[in-house]
Amino acid sequence: MEELAEPDSLNEQLAEVLTPGKKDRRYLVLLLQEVQHKLGYLSKEAMQAIADFLGIPGSTVYGVATFYNQFRFTPLGKHPVNVCMGTACHMAGGQPVLEAMARELDIEVGGITQDREFSLDRVACVGCCALAPAVVVNGTVYPRMTPPKVEEVLVSIRPARTKPEKKQCS
Amino acid sequence: MMTIEELKDRAKLDWDSLYHGEYPHILIGTATCGRAAGALKVVESFEKELERRGAKAAVSQVGCMGLCSLEPLVTIVKPDSFTVCYHSVNPQAVPALIEGYVMDDDPCLDLALGTVQGGEGQAVYIPELPRFEHENRLLLRNCGYVDPVNINHYIASGGYSSLARALKMKPAAIIEEIKKSGLRGRGGAGFPTGLKWELCRQALNPVKHVICNADEGDPGAFMDRVVLESDPQQVIEGMIIAAYAVGAHQGFIYIRSEYPLAIERLKAALEQAQKDGLLGGNILGSRFSFHIEIVVGAGAFVAGAETALMMAIEGKRSMPRPRPPYPTESGLWGRPTLINNVKTYAFVPLILERGADWFSGIGTEGSKGTALFCLAGKTANTGLAEVAMGTTLRELVFDIGGGMRNGTKFKGVQIGGPSGGCLPENMLQTPVDFDSLCDAGVIMGSGGIITMDEDNCMVDAARFFLDFTQRESCGKCSTCRVGTKQMLNILEDITAGKGKIEDLDLLVELGEDIRDGSLCGLGRTAPNPALTTIRYFRDEYEAHILEKRCPARVCKELTAFYIIPEKCERGCEHCVLACPTEAIITNEKGIKVIDQTKCTKCSSCELVCPPEYDAVTRISPLSLLPPSETAKPGETGKRKKKTKTGAKVK
Repeated sequence: MEELAEPDSLNEQLAEVLTPGKKDRRYLVLLLQEVQHKLGYLSKEAMQAIADFLGIPGSTVYGVATFYNQFRFTPLGKHPVNVCMGTACHMAGGQPVLEAMARELDIEVGGITQDREFSLDRVACVGCCALAPAVVVNGTVYPRMTPPKVEEVLVSIRPARTKPEKKQCS
Repeated sequence: MMTIEELKDRAKLDWDSLYHGEYPHILIGTATCGRAAGALKVVESFEKELERRGAKAAVSQVGCMGLCSLEPLVTIVKPDSFTVCYHSVNPQAVPALIEGYVMDDDPCLDLALGTVQGGEGQAVYIPELPRFEHENRLLLRNCGYVDPVNINHYIASGGYSSLARALKMKPAAIIEEIKKSGLRGRGGAGFPTGLKWELCRQALNPVKHVICNADEGDPGAFMDRVVLESDPQQVIEGMIIAAYAVGAHQGFIYIRSEYPLAIERLKAALEQAQKDGLLGGNILGSRFSFHIEIVVGAGAFVAGAETALMMAIEGKRSMPRPRPPYPTESGLWGRPTLINNVKTYAFVPLILERGADWFSGIGTEGSKGTALFCLAGKTANTGLAEVAMGTTLRELVFDIGGGMRNGTKFKGVQIGGPSGGCLPENMLQTPVDFDSLCDAGVIMGSGGIITMDEDNCMVDAARFFLDFTQRESCGKCSTCRVGTKQMLNILEDITAGKGKIEDLDLLVELGEDIRDGSLCGLGRTAPNPALTTIRYFRDEYEAHILEKRCPARVCKELTAFYIIPEKCERGCEHCVLACPTEAIITNEKGIKVIDQTKCTKCSSCELVCPPEYDAVTRISPLSLLPPSETAKPGETGKRKKKTKTGAKVK
């Protein structure tokens, strides 16, 4: 039954976004943003629905969606982690922070943890260059990050987070 | 509909009730940088503690003063006493401030940065701080003092009177005034603004558009964000005047989605302007109508290029196209379009208010007015600065920026983001204006200034920028798409110690081809970081290639972390616990040793080693690594052991 319920709920969710006022080719990017905001990512079905709504080929929608960095085609974690990789953050050691995040969450950049709690992405610049390196989780900016602080931040977001087995130092 | 005079009266009442009212007024800087430093917790704490004590005071959330390193900043205005600004305020300090200054007469000067008004002799007078002596704040004049989402504050400080005046002027007279002021586009290219307006006005199609480019994509630049978050009305007013001058009725603000707070505040500002009849139909009772729509970008650096930006507004892949035709002739949907940067529009009301002659009196021969710069990287006073054009880089980095944060040695500045370039110390006398920077091989670009010290590797910096531009290349021009990737590959080889000396000539040749063969600013400027670092820091490239040494000890493949035995010996476990890969072991003498085969060079050990021990150091080239005593039975170290001793200690 659940499998059948899925497309219906997708259409229901999309109906809230695909309103007659936005039935114009120029709103394609806006529609993609709103659909992603609703679903957390752009599924193939959702992109096809936008294409049908605007009366344009699905390939056009996919072409635009894949052009922009903001769009993702896999689900987002409950707590999306964005590590800033802007110039200032890079100079201040953003790369080790990104690597530490990936290690700590045990996923790759662009991936999502098995429990769907965290997903990890790099962003170009969040404009907090003066407080570099910055990490944004759930929209909150964590300034002046270092690899040792990574675990602290993750634990503060989800205290019960079970870590993969390791760390048995003397 | 209210007239401008009525609006001014209403605004003055609201303003006076806060600044000259019965109760103290607390201003808390809650722009993105303030929030990152915990400003929202401070707001919450102020509200809670005031209520708990029954103390009466107004709390306003304001924008950013540009002193990012001192956030969160709190300013307390007291009716019959002086105005004090406090820095690095945390929730724990709030009760002291309330009991001290809000409820009593102790200004808590020990917590203060200084006074803004009054209190001479008792504390530092902020406008007289050395950095402000070098600054000339025009666009930032209200930032941190007005509530960005209260239009009354903007009107009370003189806002919208220029619009009222402009609506009574002939469009041609406004354009003439802008031309006379010498204002040049602040997006980086420096095209004369008045001329652009004139071209757009002259275009034949009666349906025209005005676009504000707020797609501040340069990593390392955030001045547009600060302006939009702190004083958005000046941008809106400038846009309305521009629309009136060129004869447009529909405007767009294209802003990147990474700036949610700026979008939120901009939306609120637009709504208020609309409600007061300053935007929309029949503005201020005139026959002129103008509407502004916000378009949120979806993340594409190339969208900052004007022709690409218009594609993005049309909902297409944002790729640039050849010019001519220029947007002023055929832009958005093929109609004449005026497109200017956030700061360009923000200057307009000021120029009309104070006159073109006043504006052209600031700056240099070819570049008039002020420029905003973001100081980031290793400078002590990170943040935003507004200086007259022609100020030297040295003044920016040392007098305003306060030199290097940790007293390290200055190496270079990266100016203008990924499209700019790096300049060494002996180029610091370069004045910052459109033309002088161009002569030095860099560009003004967005105005991001990243200072680098001896711990930054210039080759790595060039690699980083190429990695960025290569990723962001839209792919239209093959020179850019393929060329930047090739440049990146070569730079990656060099940082990994696999470079050849001929690579340097190849990089220069490739860079020049990319510059000549690309359509938009991204491709034309993408080689700049590599070209300027080769020009000014060739010795670093040679060290990487010939000696396999990274002088700044940054490039991973050429650097190792090493614990100096003489400095370790304390038996603490900080590094062992911090190491994510269990690469640090304690040897039989109780000294910590890094197993190089397991080390991922994450720098955690270096960061946690107590400063009084300072035992972790970096070594480059790898051949200087002392023969290791770590090879324990059972360890499968495949290290090539070199037997040179005498580790270079940092």
